[in-house]
Amino acid sequence: MTAHVPGPSFICRLLSGDLPRSRILTVILIAIVVGLVVAPFLVPGARSLNTSAKILIFIALVASYDLLLGYTGIVSFAHTMFFGIGAYGIAIASTRMEPGWTALAVGTSCAILLSVVLATIIGLFSLRVRAVFFAMITLAVATAFSTLMSQLSEWTGGEDGITFKMPQIFQPAYRLFEEPVLGIVINGRILSYYAILVAVVVLFLLMLRIANSPFGRVLQAIRENPFRTEAIGYRTVLYRTIASVISAVFATLAGVLMAIWLRYNGPDTTLSLEIMVDILLITVIGGMGTLYGAIVGAVLFMVAQTYLQDVMVLVSKASEHIPLVASLAHPDRWLLWLGLLFVLSIYYFPQGVVGSLRDRARGA
Amino acid sequence: MTDKGAPLLALDKVETRIGPYHILHGVDLVVPEGRATMLLGRNGAGKTTTARTVMALWRASAGSITFGGRDITREDAPTIARLGVGYVPESMGIFSDLTVAENLRLAAISGHLDPKRLDVIFSAFPAIKRFWLGRAGTLSGGQKQMLSIARAIVEPRRLLIIDEPTKGLAPAIIANMIGVFRDLKATGVTILMIEQNFALARAIGDTVAVMEDGRIVHHGSMAELADDDALQRRLLGLSMSAHQ
Amino acid sequence: MSNPVTAPTTSDIPRQPLDWLPVALPLMVAIAAFPLVGNPWTWLTLTVAGLAMGMIIFMVSSGLMLVFGLMDVLNFGHGAFIALGAYVGLAVLMPLTPWVEATSVLLNSAVFALALCAGVIVAGVVGFVFDRLLIQPVYGNHLKQILMTTGGLIIVEQLIRAIWGAETVSFNLPASLRGSWLLGEAAVERYRIVALGIGSAVFLGLLLVLTRTRIGLMIRAGVENREMLEAMGYRTRHLFVGVFVVGAMLAGLGGVMWGLYLQNFTASIGAQINVLIFIVIIIGGLGSTTGCLIGALLVGLTSNYVGFAAPKIALFSNILLMLLILLWRPQGLYRVVDR
Repeated sequence: MTAHVPGPSFICRLLSGDLPRSRILTVILIAIVVGLVVAPFLVPGARSLNTSAKILIFIALVASYDLLLGYTGIVSFAHTMFFGIGAYGIAIASTRMEPGWTALAVGTSCAILLSVVLATIIGLFSLRVRAVFFAMITLAVATAFSTLMSQLSEWTGGEDGITFKMPQIFQPAYRLFEEPVLGIVINGRILSYYAILVAVVVLFLLMLRIANSPFGRVLQAIRENPFRTEAIGYRTVLYRTIASVISAVFATLAGVLMAIWLRYNGPDTTLSLEIMVDILLITVIGGMGTLYGAIVGAVLFMVAQTYLQDVMVLVSKASEHIPLVASLAHPDRWLLWLGLLFVLSIYYFPQGVVGSLRDRARGA
Repeated sequence: MTDKGAPLLALDKVETRIGPYHILHGVDLVVPEGRATMLLGRNGAGKTTTARTVMALWRASAGSITFGGRDITREDAPTIARLGVGYVPESMGIFSDLTVAENLRLAAISGHLDPKRLDVIFSAFPAIKRFWLGRAGTLSGGQKQMLSIARAIVEPRRLLIIDEPTKGLAPAIIANMIGVFRDLKATGVTILMIEQNFALARAIGDTVAVMEDGRIVHHGSMAELADDDALQRRLLGLSMSAHQ
Repeated sequence: MSNPVTAPTTSDIPRQPLDWLPVALPLMVAIAAFPLVGNPWTWLTLTVAGLAMGMIIFMVSSGLMLVFGLMDVLNFGHGAFIALGAYVGLAVLMPLTPWVEATSVLLNSAVFALALCAGVIVAGVVGFVFDRLLIQPVYGNHLKQILMTTGGLIIVEQLIRAIWGAETVSFNLPASLRGSWLLGEAAVERYRIVALGIGSAVFLGLLLVLTRTRIGLMIRAGVENREMLEAMGYRTRHLFVGVFVVGAMLAGLGGVMWGLYLQNFTASIGAQINVLIFIVIIIGGLGSTTGCLIGALLVGLTSNYVGFAAPKIALFSNILLMLLILLWRPQGLYRVVDR
């Protein structure tokens, strides 16, 4: 499965043997990684920092979804639920307790516990049924959860959500050094950013490890031919459930990071169907079953969403007189174009960006 | 083609793959018109796969299939059925939720049930008349088998492909079936039958083809095979006379 | 149903005992809810509301259920037809507001019928396109099916927002459909009775087509064993397109009715009801029209009773209902398809 590519064996071990396998892809990935590392210094400003942080969080979130969709072949609409659990865990802990490291720890552990329990129940109960039923059930559960969160306003702030504080070194007013470094003041936001960066790197490498382990290979076998895999002796329900749980835990951690960054959480920030759709899109467009697809996809998506919408505003204004074009180009209709891209990529482009680059490199 | 004995159905080097499995490795089979051809062989030899490939339920990956002079290799199942091929699958394919009457009505592509044919069916299969308005799912195994055969003959067909019609049936019913198939043959229809029951095979079959590992390993007249015990043992692993 | 040529005696046909237990379920739920509600008049109002809502949900789900049973395709984008139907109906009603506001029953009925027809036709056309572009190309691949149809739903929903605006539109029922009839102390809304009537007509129509026509025969056979139907000479692909389009049309019909039921039109009207439809289909069992009806009635009744007694857990009650029924009959109320 892995081509014999000469390279420093340390990098090979770090990536669990799953190298990019395409020169173009390697270049792109290195550029992205470098870009994210130096982002605060390269493009100063709150907006670009926000975009970069969101990219990081979405990389973790989408990669965790790829484990489920790309590697195990399961479509679930409940991923945002676990994302939300992580975020709400931090939010509730930081508002019910003294905000700080203990709150973070408590929030994270409770969130992970809840996600594990929920994912196990959903998995064991419904992974016995056909894929479409499972998808429907996850949709129902996610919708119910979202409604629940909106209604438990005493704890969750309801529709409006809640804001909360972070440990001191992550607070915006905090200064690591009095003097600016390379022109940027190292405040709590920058520190949060780098903490998230490190966390995402660790999470991603972990996911690579899992995907390329014997367990990961069983998952792929299940995706390709569940009957045969079951016949060989692997209890597919068990493996699928474990895969769901793992995927859910990583999504929860992504939610935790989201809460740390935004210091706010509400139903629309993490639980909305739109985010679920975004995750689906990025996974498919980036490339299912590659994990690197999450990186490339998240970057493309976030950059497009932030800056393309600006373009759309221009086009919409310019075509004010042509009624339909104006409303089609309106930035609020962002999802329309995304949806079209989604459908087209399933049609013509099912391997996604990363898949296509790898095919090209293989000479396919 | 009215020339009795000329091939109605001909398979030439037909190969079929199902997923990664290569089941038919070049089947050459000729089914002469107006005669009954028995397709014999051990379990797993590829008999049902051959039948399904002819019906285009599985696609042949190589080779050609000719029916009445026409190449049907690339045609789909509905087309082949409408050319006059009746199929009685191993699983019987009864629509349990429909009544017996509805099953037969559906089988008549023209939309009308010919009273004369119906009479023939009723006399051959009394149970069908008895349970006319009953849900097909409530029939016994033997009755379902009869219904499946009846469906295939509710309208005139040129070729009947019948897959193990006596599987799991009581000996008395099988004896009855031999009579039914004999009468069927008398109407001039061509039959390709997969059958493990040798009494039936010998009673009905004019020609016989034996399959092994996805290939035809013997092709000849039934009389010839029936008389040659050694040949039977070699091809089928047992002698027909010992397994009545 | 018997052939005029033969009329065999029916005496020895094994009688299949009618599976009446699921049919009794809505009745049982209604009776069980009585003590929870307390007031008999409120109970009556809620019951009628529940049945009406159930009927509309049935209209909307029946098409999807047939498609699912027949061709093993779950269209996650079914909500798109509902939303389209609603908005097209609205597009007909708005310019004809004078007819809507008039007190003439004739004009009201006319504009109502026009809106319904428009919704049905447009939904049918879009359904045809949907099948051609999104379903046919990925037929057989369940994963891609789910993805494609979800994408389709998003696209249609966004197009609706682009064409008709993203805000929620309120619209009134035609004048003579407003208001209620008083039954003792219960106010029974007129529109709900109309919905009950139309829904029952749809149900009877579907049942008649399925049991008394040749096409119905083909559909019922195809739901059970598509391959055998093909081997008997029927092109199931054409059958499927037809069923899909009819399903879309029914969704469109339900969409117009649902929009008027809520008296609120929003582009996500389809997506909102998606979850309920899925619950109904799971409860009803694959391929069974009667199961679909009972499931829909149960969901409608449950939503209304629980919505009154304990509004916060309304959605959960439906999920709980689904789980309970699955525990009792894992294949749904009426199992037709053997898969």
